[in-house]
Amino acid sequence: MEDVRRVISVIVMNESSVLARVSGLFAGRGYNIESLTVAPIPNSDLSRVTIVTNGNKRVIEQITKQLHKLVPTLKVIEHEEMVEKEMVLVKFSSDQNIADIQVLCEAYNGGIVNAGEDIIIIMAADESKRIEYFLEAAQRYSPIEIVRGGIVAIER
Amino acid sequence: MKMSGAQMVCEALIAEGVETVFGYPGGAIMNVYDEIYKQNSFEHILTRHEQAAVHAADGYARATGKVGVAMVTSGPGFTNAVTGLATAYTDSIPLVVISGQVSSSLIGTDGFQEIDAVGISRPCTKHNYLVDDIAKLPKVLKEAFYIASSGRSGPVLVDIPKDITAEIADFKYPKDVFVETYKPNYKGNDRQIKKAAEAILKARKPLLYVGGGTVLSNASDLVRKFAKMTQIPTVETLMARGVMGDSNPLLIGMLGMHGSYASNMAMSETDLIISLGARFDDRVTGKLSEFARYADIIHVDIDPANIGKLVDVDYPIVGDVSIVVKKLMDLIKEDINTDRYQAWREILARYEELHPLTYNDSDEVLKPQWVIEQIGKLLGKDAIITSDVGQHQMWAAQFYPFDRPRQWINSGGLGTMGFGFPAALGAKRGAPEKTVINITGDGSILMNMQELVTASEYKIPVINVILNNHFLGMVRQWQTFFYDKRYSETDLSYQPNFVALAEACGGIGYDVTTKEEFDKALKDAIKQDKVCFMNVIVSRFENVLPMVPTGGALYNMLLEHKDQ
Ligand SMILES: Cc1ncc(C[n+]2csc(CCOP(=O)(O)OP(=O)(O)O)c2C)c(N)n1
Ligand SMILES: [Mg+2]
Repeated sequence: MEDVRRVISVIVMNESSVLARVSGLFAGRGYNIESLTVAPIPNSDLSRVTIVTNGNKRVIEQITKQLHKLVPTLKVIEHEEMVEKEMVLVKFSSDQNIADIQVLCEAYNGGIVNAGEDIIIIMAADESKRIEYFLEAAQRYSPIEIVRGGIVAIER
Repeated sequence: MKMSGAQMVCEALIAEGVETVFGYPGGAIMNVYDEIYKQNSFEHILTRHEQAAVHAADGYARATGKVGVAMVTSGPGFTNAVTGLATAYTDSIPLVVISGQVSSSLIGTDGFQEIDAVGISRPCTKHNYLVDDIAKLPKVLKEAFYIASSGRSGPVLVDIPKDITAEIADFKYPKDVFVETYKPNYKGNDRQIKKAAEAILKARKPLLYVGGGTVLSNASDLVRKFAKMTQIPTVETLMARGVMGDSNPLLIGMLGMHGSYASNMAMSETDLIISLGARFDDRVTGKLSEFARYADIIHVDIDPANIGKLVDVDYPIVGDVSIVVKKLMDLIKEDINTDRYQAWREILARYEELHPLTYNDSDEVLKPQWVIEQIGKLLGKDAIITSDVGQHQMWAAQFYPFDRPRQWINSGGLGTMGFGFPAALGAKRGAPEKTVINITGDGSILMNMQELVTASEYKIPVINVILNNHFLGMVRQWQTFFYDKRYSETDLSYQPNFVALAEACGGIGYDVTTKEEFDKALKDAIKQDKVCFMNVIVSRFENVLPMVPTGGALYNMLLEHKDQ
């Protein structure tokens, strides 16, 4: 069985140690976490944990079932038809060609979010794969620091 | 009504109908113990170690089907209880364990006897709570009992900071529980059940594979009826011994690493596995790629995560064994043709004749298998048998004539040495009319021998039959087979005086080396109202056979009994 990449959303009660239950499950059972984001769901007592993982079919099935078994888990969504976005923040020296950087960012749904005397900070938000292309392209402007945000996804 | 958190704990236990709490006090749980002192509704048994308290609650739960309750203090009290939690977790035993915690203001400061109990127990409990607000305490306690005993049952820990047991608040114990995020499915999908029924009617060599879930679901009577109606042969897992009753002609035996030849061959040749509350553990399947190569699989389990975890399943059915079996019976009762499986039953009967479970008895030295058979002859269905972990456990599973579920109590999943004696105390408290025998080893018994004192104080007369081979026998057996007889750290030639040990703690002891002595000692011990250690010297190098070496295919068994 070959490994596949999966984005899984877990809707959980927003209560103490729930994130430890989710991440502990992955650590304890030897599942992979590529990225994990968590935030409360507005107007509810729930949180959404979005996890990117990979494994073969049996492993992915176990992951969703084990997540579902956690008492505070309301719902587990193994995304198929989804819109998926990741945000990235990058710091460059203002000596770089700012106009070029700006154009590049715009191609990835981003732009300059902060410009100081010595540095500029840009933001881009796109599918993970495209964020990787973006970062490759950004290499030529010698980024000083890169912060990736992890993935959020919504079913179409 | 206004009351303290400690009173709430007691009121909740009373409301849940708890009869016995096993526990051990300490600083962080003292408020609750003060309330225990003031009440008369339930009994508290002071074990002499927290691990034993949890095992005793566990044995009580296994013998009665009720939720077992244990109570411990923070820090070391809790960490001592962890093995008990893990043991119950692996075998899906319903427990509520209440632990004291340092006061809320001290949490996170490395306070005296502070340890992150919910953190440590997260992977070995079904669920756990750190109560951070007294307003939540009644609901948490109600949920704890509900979650422990519903769905796939298991242990639940409730960790309560000391300030919360002291605080006064309104108490109203909820009548109902509703946990929005937790809804076990009992019924099974009717379409899948129908397909499974059709598969049963079409099969030539179907096999009932019965596991511990059948015991937990109290489905034994139904499963026996199902087998009788269909005349489908049955194998039991270690956890399911007693479900079919050993006099049942449809029972082939126990399968797995130390299962019978016929059982393992049945599993290897069946064309349809009907798995009821079993989970395809590696000790059952042997090498997975060789496991049941000709079989389609019907898997009935209350826990969806068990289905498809290790083997691909053709008919997955998430539900309670009792409910699903009832539905299956309704669907096939018209069309079942029991003759269809006649040839298959004959094949298995021949396998049973070819290599029956057996041993070479001796007149010079007691054979452990003989001792177990003899207990069976003298007590049979009247006894509850608990066990520890090792060769003695496997022989007990193989050679005791089990008659009903909940008669056999052992740590199958975690394999916890030291489980048997405290579990026997709990079982005896839960079923006082039964004779309770712990079949144990000279290694295992020492791991909770302090419970002699508990047993004497509370007059819980359980009989520990120590099958004394002067070895950590099971490990020694592996060293014999797979490590060229290098007996690294398994020789227990240095022995305590078991009789004196029992007597020193208010019990009674017997040294036994012959069949006559054994008969006499057992008959005497049954009449006593004292806990007993029966030190039975058995042949040292006896091996548990058949054996499927780890990683080997189930049909490749070591069979020969060569006396050494
Ligand atoms: C707490 C614990 N420690 C270690 C083991 C590993 N182990 C399994 S069987 C066994 C030997 C048990 O010896 P004994 O109780 O004398 O039983 P015997 O096999 O000799 O019948 C050991 C050490 C275990 N199962 N549990
Ligand atoms: Mg031994």
